[in-house]
Amino acid sequence: MTSTPADVGTRGESRGAAGTEPAAPSAPRRRRTLSSSQWAAVGFAAPLLVYLVLFYAYPLMRNIDLSVHDYTIRAFVQGNAEFVGLQNYVDVFSSSTFPTALWNTAVFTFGSIAFQFTLGLALAVFFKSSFRLSTTLRAMFLVPWLLPLIVSASTWAWMLNSENGIVNSVITAFGGEQINWLTDPDTALLSVTIANIWLGIPFNLVILYSGLQNIPGDVYEAASLDGAGAWRQFWSITFPLLRPVSAITILLGLIYTLKVVDVIWVMTTGGPGDSSTTLAIWSYREAFGTGQPDFSPAAAVGNLLIVIALVFGFLHLRLQHRQEATS
Amino acid sequence: MRKYTLRGAGILGVTGLTFALAACGSSDDGSTGADGGESGDAPGGTYTWWDPYPQHDGSSDWEARVQACGEDAGVTIERTAYDTTALTNQALLSAQEGTSPDVILIDNPAVSTLADTGMLTTVDEFGLDTSSIDQNLLDAGVVDGNAYGIPIGANTLSLYYNAEILDEAGVDPASITDWDSLTAALEQVTGAGSKGITFSAIGTEEGTFQFLPWFWGSGADLSQLDSPEAVEALELWKGWLDEGYAPNTVINNSQNTVWEEFLTGDFAFAENGTWQVNSAAEAEFETGLVQLPAKDGGVAPAPTGGEFIVAPVQEDTARYDVTRQIVECMTTPEGFVETANTFAYYIPPTAEGQEALLEENPDLEPWVEAVQSAKGRTSDGLGTDYPLISEALWTAVQNAMSGAATPAEALETAQADAEAATS
Repeated sequence: MTSTPADVGTRGESRGAAGTEPAAPSAPRRRRTLSSSQWAAVGFAAPLLVYLVLFYAYPLMRNIDLSVHDYTIRAFVQGNAEFVGLQNYVDVFSSSTFPTALWNTAVFTFGSIAFQFTLGLALAVFFKSSFRLSTTLRAMFLVPWLLPLIVSASTWAWMLNSENGIVNSVITAFGGEQINWLTDPDTALLSVTIANIWLGIPFNLVILYSGLQNIPGDVYEAASLDGAGAWRQFWSITFPLLRPVSAITILLGLIYTLKVVDVIWVMTTGGPGDSSTTLAIWSYREAFGTGQPDFSPAAAVGNLLIVIALVFGFLHLRLQHRQEATS
Repeated sequence: MRKYTLRGAGILGVTGLTFALAACGSSDDGSTGADGGESGDAPGGTYTWWDPYPQHDGSSDWEARVQACGEDAGVTIERTAYDTTALTNQALLSAQEGTSPDVILIDNPAVSTLADTGMLTTVDEFGLDTSSIDQNLLDAGVVDGNAYGIPIGANTLSLYYNAEILDEAGVDPASITDWDSLTAALEQVTGAGSKGITFSAIGTEEGTFQFLPWFWGSGADLSQLDSPEAVEALELWKGWLDEGYAPNTVINNSQNTVWEEFLTGDFAFAENGTWQVNSAAEAEFETGLVQLPAKDGGVAPAPTGGEFIVAPVQEDTARYDVTRQIVECMTTPEGFVETANTFAYYIPPTAEGQEALLEENPDLEPWVEAVQSAKGRTSDGLGTDYPLISEALWTAVQNAMSGAATPAEALETAQADAEAATS
């Protein structure tokens, strides 16, 4: 497995160095020039290929390898894990955690994206009309992006603390009842979703804002001459013209959100019980969250997440294809 | 740190991390391998030492103490510190690569896990004498009748109280001898306007660690999580929460958070460990200590904490001689007391060491008592089953405390999960 990339690398590099020379001589020997420039291309591509194999293909292979063996700790050290085929996947699917985790992942992901996108788009449109301090304000909205996640997640956990949190102190000051945000199975998932929405807004804001810059101003001018109001302009111009950017924003958001571990782990460790456990949290917990690392089921859950992300990726490609075909 | 790695590496996180760790492992490989070649028989050379104390850097008393043991044995010790969970992973990876360090200090529940992989030598193989070590402490490192390490010290849990709050409410700490008297005391202090008790019921090993004194104190056994005694223990906690004697935050509290809550001065009681002794002495109010009570009186067995010194298997067995000298240096009675003093929160695991420590520091008396009645989590032949049972147990605690299930239901599920996981 490792010999292949090494071969490609060395062969590619040596030819690559030589390949730059014959590029200068003239046309007659067309075939040879072509092939040596092909070698040059391989040479230039080689570092990237090696990188991809080392840091993408190998971990992916290893993940699949982990998930089809029974890696107990003993087997991990002695390297003699038993091949169990799809047993780990069967165990994952039949586990009582699976339906909860799948449902939580869906709620967390779609809930986060819906609000992140809506709020991000609203803010992008808002900041499009430049006004005084708009740049400063826009920069301030990027703060969630700049903070280390452990800081923002801890801060959220602190604010949502049942007894001493600022959120509850405001609620009780207005006569409401204390809400056990993070410790009640009914609200734990909601709480981590809220925190994640806050974290994701800047990403949506920045991408959608740059998308808005590409919509020509004269379209709006023409529309306002025709008497279209702000609302009409948004639905008839901004929204449709922003569709390609929106699609990629949502797709990226989807992939980022599917794999979120840190925010949830810091705030609730997936608890109480399994009530805020997503697939990613489940995978992390199996591998590192207990005294006994269980790499095989963790890898199985991880692969499941990759497949889910892939499905949405292909869906996006298909949609894009159809869009291009029609336009 | 790991959390960032995972975020960055995304879905590939699991393998990515393993991969990254493997890379670290193999860089250690180089140094150990080279040392092995040089120091095979000649005195001198470098011996590798891993411990979970990154807070003690190269200039600390602890580092000096480790180096002194190396000097006595005529070698240099190369010490590397990892955080507790990372250390277990590192140890496993180094064993996989065949590059284990000479000595590891490791958290006691992990000893049986490492021993199960066959990467540790037994104490007998090393010819170390463990007869003076308290059996209840040594047991945490015993797998199938073989001891795989020696505790370098022990810590455990006890019940801290805020003397000012108890005074105001008119509660005599000496009256707290069983569950009923403790609950009565909680009623009295909350009636007087203070907060009752705080502890950690978080969904990690810490949650189980804190629940065990009550679990064992009721007479329950880890092999039967849904016994009536176990249900009583969980109902005790749940009852405190429902009555408002304990704050709702306990469900997410780590032991550290528990301590921070206690230090605010609002709480009458906090369940916490030996490692807070100094902090308690420096608190802005007067603190005291009562033993965690068992259900019907007496001291409940609390789980033991603390590290074991273990010696991984080496290819070059000639190294064992020096390794033994290093281990012995750490486990003499003077060595135990010195370790206890260096850390300020370790109770020596031998009667002799405990006496010597109490001579120097009589205030630690209640902790010595607590350690003597403590119990290893992996004892009772649980070994590597313990982490699986523990996970089931903390999940049950979480479900019951948050109201997702009744204590009886939650423990029934836990028992089924534990059985499925350990079978």
